[in-house]
Amino acid sequence: MARFIVRRVLYSFVTLFILSATIFLIVRLTGDPVALMAEASARPEDLERIRHQWGLDRSWPVQYVTFMENAFKGELGKSFNYRLPVSQLYFQRLPNSLTLGLAATLISLLIGIPAGIISAVKVNTAWDNVAKGIALLGLSIPGFWLGLVLILVFSVWLRWLPTSGAGDWRHVVMPAVALGWYFAASMLRLTRSSMLEVLGSEYIKLARLKGLPDFVVIAMHAFKNALIPVFTLAGVNMVVMVNAAVIIEVIFAWPGIGRLLYEGIFQRDFPLVQGVVIMAGFMIVAINLVVDILYAFIDPRIRLTR
Amino acid sequence: MAPVLEVSGLQTHFFTFGGARVVKAVDGVSFSLGDGETLGLVGESGSGKTTTCLSIVGLLPRAARIVGGRVLFEGDELTRMSQRELRRVRGRRIAVMLQDPMASLNPLFTIFRQVAEPAFFHQQMRGRTLRARVQQLLKAVRIPSPEWRMRDYPHQMSGGMRQRIVGAIALAGGPKLVIADEPTTNLDVTIQAQYLDLLKDIQRETGVALIFVTHNLGIVAKMCDRVAVMYAGKIIEQASVRELFDDPKHPYTRALLGSVPKLGSKEPLYSIAGQPPNPASLPPGCPFHPRCREALPRCASVDPPDFHLGDGSVARCWLLDDAVARP
Amino acid sequence: MATIPADPRLAVGRATPGRLGVLIKAAREAPLAPLVILGGLVLIALLADLIAPYDPTVPVKGAEMFRPPFWMEGGSVATPLGTDFQSRDILTRLIYGARVSLIVGLMGTLVAGSIGTALGILSGYVGGWVDQIIMRLTDAWLALPAIVFAIFLAAMFGPSMWNIIVILGSVYWTRYARVIRGEVLSLREREFVKLAEIAGASKLRVIKKHILPNVMNTATVLASLTVGVVIIAEASLSFLGVGVPPPQPAWGLMLSEARPTLMTGQWWLTVFPGACILLIVLATQLFGDWLRVRLDPQQRNL
Repeated sequence: MARFIVRRVLYSFVTLFILSATIFLIVRLTGDPVALMAEASARPEDLERIRHQWGLDRSWPVQYVTFMENAFKGELGKSFNYRLPVSQLYFQRLPNSLTLGLAATLISLLIGIPAGIISAVKVNTAWDNVAKGIALLGLSIPGFWLGLVLILVFSVWLRWLPTSGAGDWRHVVMPAVALGWYFAASMLRLTRSSMLEVLGSEYIKLARLKGLPDFVVIAMHAFKNALIPVFTLAGVNMVVMVNAAVIIEVIFAWPGIGRLLYEGIFQRDFPLVQGVVIMAGFMIVAINLVVDILYAFIDPRIRLTR
Repeated sequence: MAPVLEVSGLQTHFFTFGGARVVKAVDGVSFSLGDGETLGLVGESGSGKTTTCLSIVGLLPRAARIVGGRVLFEGDELTRMSQRELRRVRGRRIAVMLQDPMASLNPLFTIFRQVAEPAFFHQQMRGRTLRARVQQLLKAVRIPSPEWRMRDYPHQMSGGMRQRIVGAIALAGGPKLVIADEPTTNLDVTIQAQYLDLLKDIQRETGVALIFVTHNLGIVAKMCDRVAVMYAGKIIEQASVRELFDDPKHPYTRALLGSVPKLGSKEPLYSIAGQPPNPASLPPGCPFHPRCREALPRCASVDPPDFHLGDGSVARCWLLDDAVARP
Repeated sequence: MATIPADPRLAVGRATPGRLGVLIKAAREAPLAPLVILGGLVLIALLADLIAPYDPTVPVKGAEMFRPPFWMEGGSVATPLGTDFQSRDILTRLIYGARVSLIVGLMGTLVAGSIGTALGILSGYVGGWVDQIIMRLTDAWLALPAIVFAIFLAAMFGPSMWNIIVILGSVYWTRYARVIRGEVLSLREREFVKLAEIAGASKLRVIKKHILPNVMNTATVLASLTVGVVIIAEASLSFLGVGVPPPQPAWGLMLSEARPTLMTGQWWLTVFPGACILLIVLATQLFGDWLRVRLDPQQRNL
């Protein structure tokens, strides 16, 4: 067990190293940020001065090491554009992204789990086909287009919900649906297959052979076992949604980290882009590490096979 | 005395591809079982043993349906019962033990909860009575310090212990009949022997009737009073254990007995040539004739009927036609 | 209600029809709707120059901006689905947009599939530290949501259709690498591979003759499921302005150009391009599901 954890943690660090180095390299390979920062009329001496000021005159490995040192201290560099620490900007926006991610996770669970269970319990019936249809549409409807259509219907035509910005719950509904829709489909698929697997298991057979009511068999025996992987995926998905909501945040003018990234990209604000992207990688690597270790502790079936 | 269970002419078919293909998994099976009696149900995998057992308690896969025959249990006709009524039979009056002790316990529930369920739902036991009942059951299957072990989860127990837990679950509802579907296949030999002894003890104490499904004839000899040998959905020979082992009537039974290794015997192991038949496309005539060493010409065209041989033995084989007809 | 697993006997001993029979059966069971949609779109994309009524990048002469579809008041049959903010014909742009979507979808998938399959085979067959490096690389790639990675790369390398193809290809290869590596690991232990190795075949030859042909089914199934993802990703990038640059007629770009008009009632500018994306992705998904059943009999969850 201890060895497993040590190895997993080690792998996570390797993953983060490769990711951060890649991001770092790409940022520096694709253009000279200083030329973009300075005014067009700037003289070479001015460029040199700016370069030195931002530490860009040192060699790349030195820059990388400095960057990583600071990153471990919670410093992600300073934004070119805002002239503020990236971490300050990031953590200002993060709560909004967390709210949106949480709401989208709830929506994906509310759609995915009931539909998945119904389709597994009533496998190969009309119910199952409806659920399969929902899953298919979840993967086929582009989330950002769904967002636009929602605005069209609920804001422009019905005038029920505000089009953009953050405020009370009414601001969250549409972006959460647009973001959660795709993930609802993956929840549905996983719930269905996990539930089918459990319902086919010997212990469910034995539970039926005990003469337990169907409700007890499905809601207590099957449910608990089937939902472990589903809630695990929900946790991972939430972290992904927090970080991957760029387009949805842009459409709904939601002041989260996705829009921060978008702004950074258009202002060629390299430290900002680099910081946001690396934080996303860090969060996802961390959640996967946590899930793997928790699984090894909690799930006796996994412990048996390891 | 009326038998506890009387199965007559039971037919269970699988309908696949929207009914386009019919597989006669159980095709006219009859046997009966008295109080406290043990019947061994023997056959290769795919011969219909498990489907027979599941038909008795009415818990079949979606594609399967009982299309004929009767299952009379303590005077009740089970094939006519609704699922709701059957639920009151399952686990309470008839208990089933499954093959795999590792897989038959829910990994996320405590032993207590799983053993308690039948008593909780069927006998409405609660609180202290329920705890006492579970402890008593665990003691009956020789689980040491049951008051502690019942808080454990299945993965904390050994394979043998888990199988005994499955036994305790079977007894929990106070059944009159226990169907044990190859309950020892996944245990190693010493634990298997212990477990069989335990089952016999319990049977002596409680007087339940037992159907023992197995392909291990050694276990049959040790455990059972009567034996029914199944082949391709039919019982091809049924007799008392002594009769069957001393004087097997059907060539298939003889072949099976020949493939049991005898200690110290120098004779080569006899194994049955060919593959078990595919239930979806059985040969015409006697389903065993392609593999039979003693097949007669008519075996390939006409399926033999049951030949009753006095002393309660029954066998389906044309070789017995003369033996029965002559005297 | 009982869901006891079906009797295992039912799985055995199916009659095996001849090769022609298989083909006829496949043709009969082929998913007609997705094939018709996909075939139609491919045809439209190929023949865009012939069937499109106008030039996609030039305003229609005599047409005003934001003309609605023909069935609405102010619409005209000359521009059946209306015009956009530069009074260009929407139908024409949708037709040419199919070309962009299909090219990016197919080429991007091809790039992703090639990278992923190559790395997967290398990782699984060579093993050792090569395997370690490739798998850690895969982990690192998976640590970023693919779309964020793609946006980042597209922003860094600048917008162009060919850039997008390479970028999407180099983001979406991870799934191939993982699945194909697993497949190769088991292939490596199979007898025909062992025999070839004993017979002295070079590694490259074994890969070419024995490994690659055996992972093609899996790669094809994965590809069919990746096309839709790549198409949506391209639309997303174009929508954000880091994908296909204007004035090219990409569906995502059309949606982006429609955004300012969302509040002013020109709904057709938003609805039509999105519906096209939905249609093409839905068709590829359905086709992919069918292909998976045909080519992946073990029904693994790819």
